[in-house]
Amino acid sequence: MTQGQAPWNKDVALERIWDCLNREGPLLPILHALQEEFGYIDEAAEPLIAEALNITRAEVHGVITFYHDFRRAPAGRHVLKLCRAEACQAAGGDPLAAHAAARLGVVMGTTARDGSVTLEPVYCLGLCATAPSAMLDGRLVGRLDKGRLDALLTEAQQ
Amino acid sequence: MTLRIYIPVDAAALAVGAEEVASALHAAAARHNVTVDLVRNGSRGLYWLEPMVEVATPVGRVAYGPVAPSDSEGLLAAILADGAHALRLGPTEDIPWLKRQTRLTFARCGIVDPRSFEDYRAHGGCKGLERALSLGAEASVEEVVQSGLRGRGGAGFPTGIKWRTVAQTQSTQKYIVCNADEGDSGTFADRMIMEGDPFVLIEGMAIAGIATGATKGYVYIRSEYPHAVAAMEAAIAAARRGGLLGNRIAGSSFAFDMEVRVGAGAYVCGEETSLLDSLEGKRGQVRAKPPLPAHKGLFGRPTVINNVLSLASVPIILDKGAAFYRDFGTGRSRGTMPIQLAGNVKHGGLYETAFGITLGELVDDIGGGTRSGRPVRAVQVGGPLGAYFPRALFDTPFDYEAFAARDGLIGHGGIVVFDDTVDMAKQARFAMEFCAIESCGKCTPCRIGAARGVEVVDRIIKNDHRAANIAVLEDLCNTMKFGSLCALGGFTPYPVMSALNHFPEDFGAPPRLQAAE
Repeated sequence: MTQGQAPWNKDVALERIWDCLNREGPLLPILHALQEEFGYIDEAAEPLIAEALNITRAEVHGVITFYHDFRRAPAGRHVLKLCRAEACQAAGGDPLAAHAAARLGVVMGTTARDGSVTLEPVYCLGLCATAPSAMLDGRLVGRLDKGRLDALLTEAQQ
Repeated sequence: MTLRIYIPVDAAALAVGAEEVASALHAAAARHNVTVDLVRNGSRGLYWLEPMVEVATPVGRVAYGPVAPSDSEGLLAAILADGAHALRLGPTEDIPWLKRQTRLTFARCGIVDPRSFEDYRAHGGCKGLERALSLGAEASVEEVVQSGLRGRGGAGFPTGIKWRTVAQTQSTQKYIVCNADEGDSGTFADRMIMEGDPFVLIEGMAIAGIATGATKGYVYIRSEYPHAVAAMEAAIAAARRGGLLGNRIAGSSFAFDMEVRVGAGAYVCGEETSLLDSLEGKRGQVRAKPPLPAHKGLFGRPTVINNVLSLASVPIILDKGAAFYRDFGTGRSRGTMPIQLAGNVKHGGLYETAFGITLGELVDDIGGGTRSGRPVRAVQVGGPLGAYFPRALFDTPFDYEAFAARDGLIGHGGIVVFDDTVDMAKQARFAMEFCAIESCGKCTPCRIGAARGVEVVDRIIKNDHRAANIAVLEDLCNTMKFGSLCALGGFTPYPVMSALNHFPEDFGAPPRLQAAE
């Protein structure tokens, strides 16, 4: 999903938290809402959530760090996810992932030095019959080959 | 004139350019003063032909594919002239790959407009619900029990027995939870149903609610499926407007409502108890059983937790009766299974058929072998926790017990095809690595075992005390298999040991007796 880029703001964060309080088991919806707003979950949000839900800050921290999706710092301007699971491996995904990392000068899971793009692994996008697959800022791309990947990388680096 | 054209809005079709094809066809139609009534359907599941464009004609729908945006001008001319075209596939229903299937769960997928509740009703939707309402709760549960339907998520537990347990447990609040955390690589059937026929899942959950006395449902969808999330949310809103959900569903005295919850990228949350913890807002850690979710599930309440395909199969079971469904299949595997052909496969997609078809038929005949054109060397069945099968085992019938007898599992029905360039030691290493990444950390065999497993496989690959380390790997797999709390740690040995047993040469090991032979 496309992540928000709004700067951290405590009042906005509180609003997004309060919006979810009438739901059963509100913590994941709250974390998704904050990440959608700011693009990551600022450490300053932890005590706000803990107080709103009447749980400890440690519990909130434990949940945030458990899930791969939640970022603790902003991502690059674009996020390129490459599927690294078996169906994409079978269809030639490994060399493509190595090519992307080399061209961006990053290791998988990190952001290019110019802040343009974060390269991340994803374990299955459910496009396994049109593998290998990628997702650039929420846009899906199947039947990936070197040419299509290079076009995506060029787009992401702009 | 007005042309009715169908172009899928399915995520995999979009990933290969369905949106661009739709725009190009619209533009071409405008140039020729042709009005187009464009329906965005789900996918028929013939993914090597996507984007597949269908046109309504007096003799039924005619398909073209795979269509590129640059084909639109010529395609439109061929459609208008009802003439020949290189991409013309003929009447969709006559395409042999589709015609040979038995589509029960996927009967409407790719045919209806997934955003239209009216279209769902027009294609036989809601008949299962009507019958459930006329039968009453207890008889509806029995119908599902008698159908022989088993959990399509992978565990294969009888769905009706779960329902009966929840129905017989007293509580002021019960829940229906749909497990749509389809994380297995090589599987996409849940996604297709949610994007292509979402109302069938809603109907299945409503029937589960009526049958067990639950009034609230959750669909837990993985965050990697944003299109499925959007489709389900739109369908739930439409179902409320249409009276399928709400305080008096379909005019009855039963109340049932549901909502979508989005996961956060944890594979282990596909395990039912960690999914429940995740829904409650906790770390997605596995719970020890007992208590069973049917007794103490979501928020400690009796909970039915079923896979998407299990719930989506319920409406047709109620509509046509248990015997109709049970008559398909073999042994203790009754009904049909939506099988997904994926990876390096020529004809990849969704193939729903009765249990009993052999693995070889699926891979060679229906899948057409590899897309690369090289020989098939191995297939992984059942996701990242499923075994790798060599060609020697291609006579295995697709059936829960037959796969278990050969140290494998059918899981969620995904088959990933690999050609002869695959390095099976590397695949075994990946299985351990994936388990280490995704382990919830609750039990030691999985948390520590997977990390040690990667190191041991690395030593075997480097020929560092190879024979001794192979013995360590076997021992470690044994510990994980019998000592782990859930299927993640417990089943990771399947891909590892099957790779080692069937392809020892990739580990630099001498040939071994194959356990299944």
